[in-house]
Amino acid sequence: MNLACQACKKQPATVHLTDITPQGEKFERHLCEECAQSEGVTPKPPSQPQLGQILSAFVEGSKVSVQQIADLACPKCKLTFVEFRNTGLLGCSSDYDAFEKALVPLIERAHQGASHHIGKVPRRLGTPRAVENDLIRLRRELGRAVDNERYEEAAQLRDHIRTLEEK
Amino acid sequence: MKIDELARKPGPWLRGGGPMSDIVISSRIRLARNIAGYPFLSKVSDEQRTEVVNLIRRRVDGEGVGRKWRYVDLERVDELDRQVLVERHLISRQLVDARGARGVSFAKDESASVMVNEEDHLRIQVVRSGVQLEDIWEEINRLDDRLEEGIDYAFHPRYGYLTACPTNVGTGIRVSVMLHLPALKLTGEIEKFFRAAKDMHLAIRGLFGEGTEATGDFFQISNQVTLGRTEEEVIDAFKHDVIPRIIKYETQERKRLVKERPLALDDRVWRSYGALRNARTISSEETMLHLSHLRMGINLGRIKDVDLTTVNELFLITQPAHLQKLNGSRLNGEQRSAIRAELIRRRLGGH
Repeated sequence: MNLACQACKKQPATVHLTDITPQGEKFERHLCEECAQSEGVTPKPPSQPQLGQILSAFVEGSKVSVQQIADLACPKCKLTFVEFRNTGLLGCSSDYDAFEKALVPLIERAHQGASHHIGKVPRRLGTPRAVENDLIRLRRELGRAVDNERYEEAAQLRDHIRTLEEK
Repeated sequence: MKIDELARKPGPWLRGGGPMSDIVISSRIRLARNIAGYPFLSKVSDEQRTEVVNLIRRRVDGEGVGRKWRYVDLERVDELDRQVLVERHLISRQLVDARGARGVSFAKDESASVMVNEEDHLRIQVVRSGVQLEDIWEEINRLDDRLEEGIDYAFHPRYGYLTACPTNVGTGIRVSVMLHLPALKLTGEIEKFFRAAKDMHLAIRGLFGEGTEATGDFFQISNQVTLGRTEEEVIDAFKHDVIPRIIKYETQERKRLVKERPLALDDRVWRSYGALRNARTISSEETMLHLSHLRMGINLGRIKDVDLTTVNELFLITQPAHLQKLNGSRLNGEQRSAIRAELIRRRLGGH
């Protein structure tokens, strides 16, 4: 099926995106190459570099350039970030680190601003229970501090968590 | 094949009778997990996919985690059998549509199951009739622990349990309740409920979850946020906020119907009862609609000669795949409608 671009409604859509709303709902967009480029969804050809352009429509709030995002690929499973955007599915555990910069804003949008796990921890990790509980509590506090934009407090909590994690 | 046997009667959890089951038909929790060292399913090789199945099967069958559980290899059963499993909520449509080595292990009473190679390597699920979220959490948490003794889950210190889709990352928990809300639907107040649910970051879906439309009087609502809260916090929100609110809304509307529009209510209920006892052909959708009204009639004490178990059972066995299994042969839509009508008439002592 040849879908028309949802922006210009003329060209055939060749860029297919799956976006995630703040409510965590997935929705799809279909754009032609040109509209996708002008919206900053895909990088412009090298002849017209747009480095430094903030991808506000693409990765809200993150200071990652178009080019940097387009270049993101997981060294392990070879999935590119653009591929992930098209399907909404990651390829392996390493993607979470490989795509961190671009992924965190998406994760925060889907989870009401949270980007730290504070729930169950596999037993095999063998973290002593007390430390584990402290970590859970601290991560929750950190989440709240970040949610409420108390960044100084969040930084302190983050450092505290790191110290505990290193133990 | 065992699936023929399965199709004959509903799993105990669907017979109903759990706390508050007049409004909350069932509650369930599912956990999404992946195995460390294996790519997620979009990047897995056929060989690895089979290894994942074997690893999980060994853990579930071999180590006594799921004693007396059954495993169904979805590659080896036909479309009708797969459909039976979907209609029983043992697997999702997504698992049917997936490709390659995949399957489901489930407890004999169908209250617990593990889908293998759906969107994630494991989707663990526990379901009970009515509202029993704490019991469900206790059971699924224990099941998860026992699985984990023999399987290394993909886990990240910051993001928690890693999932193929980042919308499930963290706890990987999805709490959902299946609701029967005929009064809210009838009085048109359902829209308000939808809006309230959206504000609470809940997803509303149809009877069969993801990808199914919320039509008719049956809805499934579930949490969407899986990161930044503990499992207990997610469950508590349902227990202390979401569920009581829904029950209050629906009860209020039911009372209002009884008090202000008893004639309209009885007309609706008895017409549906009449249709079910007399129809010669009936579609699945029409069946659902009338069974919903009948269920409401029973719950409001308007109809006394049918019990809820019969209604719950009819919901299940009048679905296309179950109907064909019970009949022992493939049927086209027209034949199904006739056989469905006959089955319902017989169960309800109709004419």
